[in-house]
Amino acid sequence: MAIKILTEHINVPGIETLEVYRKHGGYRSVEKALKTMTPDEVVEEVKTSGLRGRGGAGFPTGMKWSFLAKPEGVPRYLVCNADESEPGTFKDRWFMEHNPHALVEGMITSSYALGANTSYIYIRGELLFVLRILEKAIAEAYAAGLLGKNILGSGYDLDLHVAPGGGAYICGEETALLESLEGKRGNPRNKPPFPAVKGLFASPTVVNNVETIASVPWIVNNSGAEYAKIGVGRSTGTKLISASGNINKPGVYEIELGVPVEEFIYSDQYCGGIWKGRELKAVVPGGSSVPILPKNLILKTAAGEDRLMTYESLSDGGFVSGSMLGSGAFIVFDEEQCIVRNTWNYARFYHHESCGQCSPCREGTGWMERVLHRIEHGHGHQQDIDLLVSVAKQIEGNTICPLGDAAAWPVAAAIRHFRHEFEWHINHPKEATAPGAVYRGQLDAVTA
Amino acid sequence: MHKMAETTNEVKFSEAAMAEIQRYINHYPEGRQKSALLPILHIAQAEFGGWVSPEVMDEIARILNIKPIEVYEVATFYTMFNLKPVGRHVLEVCRTGPCCLRGADQMIDMLKQKLGIEEGETTADGMFTLKPVECLASCGTGPMLQVRETFYENLDSEERLDAFLEMMRQKEVETPVWKK
Repeated sequence: MAIKILTEHINVPGIETLEVYRKHGGYRSVEKALKTMTPDEVVEEVKTSGLRGRGGAGFPTGMKWSFLAKPEGVPRYLVCNADESEPGTFKDRWFMEHNPHALVEGMITSSYALGANTSYIYIRGELLFVLRILEKAIAEAYAAGLLGKNILGSGYDLDLHVAPGGGAYICGEETALLESLEGKRGNPRNKPPFPAVKGLFASPTVVNNVETIASVPWIVNNSGAEYAKIGVGRSTGTKLISASGNINKPGVYEIELGVPVEEFIYSDQYCGGIWKGRELKAVVPGGSSVPILPKNLILKTAAGEDRLMTYESLSDGGFVSGSMLGSGAFIVFDEEQCIVRNTWNYARFYHHESCGQCSPCREGTGWMERVLHRIEHGHGHQQDIDLLVSVAKQIEGNTICPLGDAAAWPVAAAIRHFRHEFEWHINHPKEATAPGAVYRGQLDAVTA
Repeated sequence: MHKMAETTNEVKFSEAAMAEIQRYINHYPEGRQKSALLPILHIAQAEFGGWVSPEVMDEIARILNIKPIEVYEVATFYTMFNLKPVGRHVLEVCRTGPCCLRGADQMIDMLKQKLGIEEGETTADGMFTLKPVECLASCGTGPMLQVRETFYENLDSEERLDAFLEMMRQKEVETPVWKK
């Protein structure tokens, strides 16, 4: 039976209450860390665990924590990134909604490790109903002496607050998030300086994803070495996968990293296969920003090896024949779906969400949306495909933050793997735009 | 951006709203009360009929001791804040890819047809405003939409959509927990 680190008790009735949560082992890591470990010892366990940022970037968490500057007399902050806005991703929402105390516990233990005495959970504004749930849990924790002054008599003080956003995907980028938390427009900052040196209120700050922080208590309770035993290679531990699209069983699944992709798609334990008796066409394995892959390349690498749900395996082949685990938002397309329409939809999203600071992103996302719109609606030109590739290339790497890259990658990947479908729209617009039209033509083999 | 009218500062938050505003201000260090701006905009929107006017924004600026432009620039950046009057129920419908794989495009078209309005418009009886939005972190239960703080999910048939609209027609405006 696969191990459940995050979701073991999530279905227990009343787990959102302190009483039931504590009965099932909740807040043990706070006792253990605050009473028997130094902050540095906690950081060491997280380093040993191999835990990587679960928001999408996959950066080693222990390493990020060790970068935190510690000047004398300057407050440090831990900020939880609960902005979850990457299309296809809903694991953090689901987790906080059903198991809020697990995040609160993680915040306390992690704040202790980082020497933060005030921490924030920044949650997207659309999830105010989840903010209410979190604030209720936090109030229970204060009442029980798990937050506030001298927690459990340890001498450690911590205040924890929830801060809502206002509707902006860009505020999932850590520096834009900090701008928003300071009451400003979500414009990303230039780095350096990094938040670890100059973050919230110009003070040293660590920003971590919900799932990353929620993974810390188990690591403290069981040791980093035990966590590192789970998974494959540098993909240790478990991951929450948000499975959506044309599958029989959409939902959030906690998997041990290393499950084969084919099993994840077809097993009744997970997605349960493609709905309506249809065939698989494509998958976006890690959120809208990562390359879309056709059926043959999502199930196996270009070299013919089985793809696994790990950072390394999904990145095998780079962007030529691979993709990324990203946020773990696994979006599945059946044979009737239009790749062109989907690419336009994503392009519209990024254009809408661009903060506007950088010309390549602000203008480039607009061009990609408009060109894709005309291809999808039967007015595409012969040169449009190469134009899209060219625009995507000119955005990539030329922006303050990764939103530009995130907008460019899906367009480049869709054209790389599904060029013939785009050509069909351009060369046969009447056919392609007829109601219920489905592309039944050739799907590309990958060329290097 | 339209020219802001001269304001008369006759806007007054209720006691409950002011208490909630102060609660958020207290979350931040001394001198950092501007951090409470986004939570206050949400409170203001719930307090004043689902949108924020220049007068409301000026009052927020006064409360936080910041300049009005600092409120305007934030209210215009974040998509959740409505800057002109809206209907009783603003239907914030997810229009992003994963929901479209489950029929969101068709649902949005149906809503336009049934309500007789386009994106951004309000029905003549003032009941519904149609506001397509981006991914709401509900991809496993799409197609779906949000009205105030509540998510309405799995609207995957015309029957369910009709039942939802009928229910909303009978429903009062949702009040946030701090106003109860």
